[in-house]
Amino acid sequence: MGVGLFLSLFLRSLAIQGAWNYEQLVGNGIGFCVEPALRRLPGGVGGTAYREALARQVAYFNTHPYLAGLAIGALARAELEQVPPARIERFRTALCGPLGSVGDRLVWAAWLPACSLVALLLFGLGLSPMAVVIGFLLVYNVGHLWLRGWALRAGWQHGLRVATALGHPVLQHGPRYIGRASAVLGGLALPLAVHRAIGGPSPLQPIPLGVAVATPLLAVVLVRLQGRAEGWRVVLLLLATFVLFSVLR
Amino acid sequence: MTASVDLWRSGSEVPVGLLGPVALAAGLVGLDVVSVPQAMISRPIVGAVVGGALLGEPLAGLVCGVALECLALESLPVGASRYNEWGSASVVAGAVAAVGATEAHLPAVGALTISVVIGILAAWLGGWTMVRHRRLIARVARPRLDQMAAGDRRAVVGLQTFGIAADFLRGALLGALLFLPGYLLADAVDRRWMLGEDLSRAVVATAVAAVAAAAVWKDFHAISGTRRLFLASLAIGTAVVFLRV
Repeated sequence: MGVGLFLSLFLRSLAIQGAWNYEQLVGNGIGFCVEPALRRLPGGVGGTAYREALARQVAYFNTHPYLAGLAIGALARAELEQVPPARIERFRTALCGPLGSVGDRLVWAAWLPACSLVALLLFGLGLSPMAVVIGFLLVYNVGHLWLRGWALRAGWQHGLRVATALGHPVLQHGPRYIGRASAVLGGLALPLAVHRAIGGPSPLQPIPLGVAVATPLLAVVLVRLQGRAEGWRVVLLLLATFVLFSVLR
Repeated sequence: MTASVDLWRSGSEVPVGLLGPVALAAGLVGLDVVSVPQAMISRPIVGAVVGGALLGEPLAGLVCGVALECLALESLPVGASRYNEWGSASVVAGAVAAVGATEAHLPAVGALTISVVIGILAAWLGGWTMVRHRRLIARVARPRLDQMAAGDRRAVVGLQTFGIAADFLRGALLGALLFLPGYLLADAVDRRWMLGEDLSRAVVATAVAAVAAAAVWKDFHAISGTRRLFLASLAIGTAVVFLRV
């Protein structure tokens, strides 16, 4: 794939979920992303091959946005090699599930929380707002952009055999290692962040000691409530009551 | 120059001139949640700093953003599920947290508490608007399905552009609708706040930190060894707090 086409597909892939809806899911986005490659089909834009290929690509599709490059690269190559349409459609169907679940496990359930905890740690260490924001965005997007770029290259390189790329060690073992790192980050970040948020008093005073006792107790309650009450609802109730108490008493 | 209007009985100046910038920032940050580019400028710790910075108090925005980030840790933005939209919400919350910031540029306790409450409510409302936005795109796509099935480039690119533009408007409207009421509420609550500053900050910090701790535990406890790692690093983190003071 030339640099121009790579950049075109890559930049469009950043907006792949722009028309996400409950009927096509990310289908229109796949068509939107693959479209620059389809212009190279015989007959060019508006030709029969182009129109038939674009019509195939906008059908229902589901994927994690960061791993969509695997599908975009593979589908672009398959269309340019004029693989039989039935085979392309079977491939699309088969690819939907794995891309979604692998991406969710790696990115939403592992990488994103880990980077959030890095940001909390930076805050706890006393960094300025700008440093916290830049630190978080840098760390997160190194992983984010690498993954998108790798996926697009791997999709193009492997074509319809792209399933082999899903065996990449980062996809297979990444969530486990990132999970362990997150446990360490979480343990370090929370006491430091809470201490800064309450104004950095001596930890042996009654209020910091109270926080140190109450926080794990409430956390245990929230873990035990799993599935029955989300934390943000509990906090909303607690803080709304607290506001009324403080203002009306 | 920032326009201000003396709307409040107490004489507070409401920064009406900042309504546009807050709405614009909420729209742009809201876009990042799903549509483009998902670079996580929509995380609360970023969005709230942007909101606070618009009112000249980025540190107040950061403290509010840290609280909301703790809450956002427990929700995974997975595909078709409904989840809170923390992007636009955190811009509004960060701006509200800047009301009456202290000399040390920390948020005033009443404003901090209200900004977290408003951030949660705005995120919930934002999640609801995201569902409506997705249904709207499907409704706009339906009459164009024949064109798409015929490989019409304009229909495909047009739907993508419409979805992105509508998402921007969704976030901007959310920001525009919630900023001034939130600002006024924070100002009113802060003026009537009776409890001590230390205790008030401690209550907010305890509540959000417990959610974050529970989220970390729930996310990773199934991976072998992580429970011990978490508890050991929690002990180290606490020890560092003692050593740093």
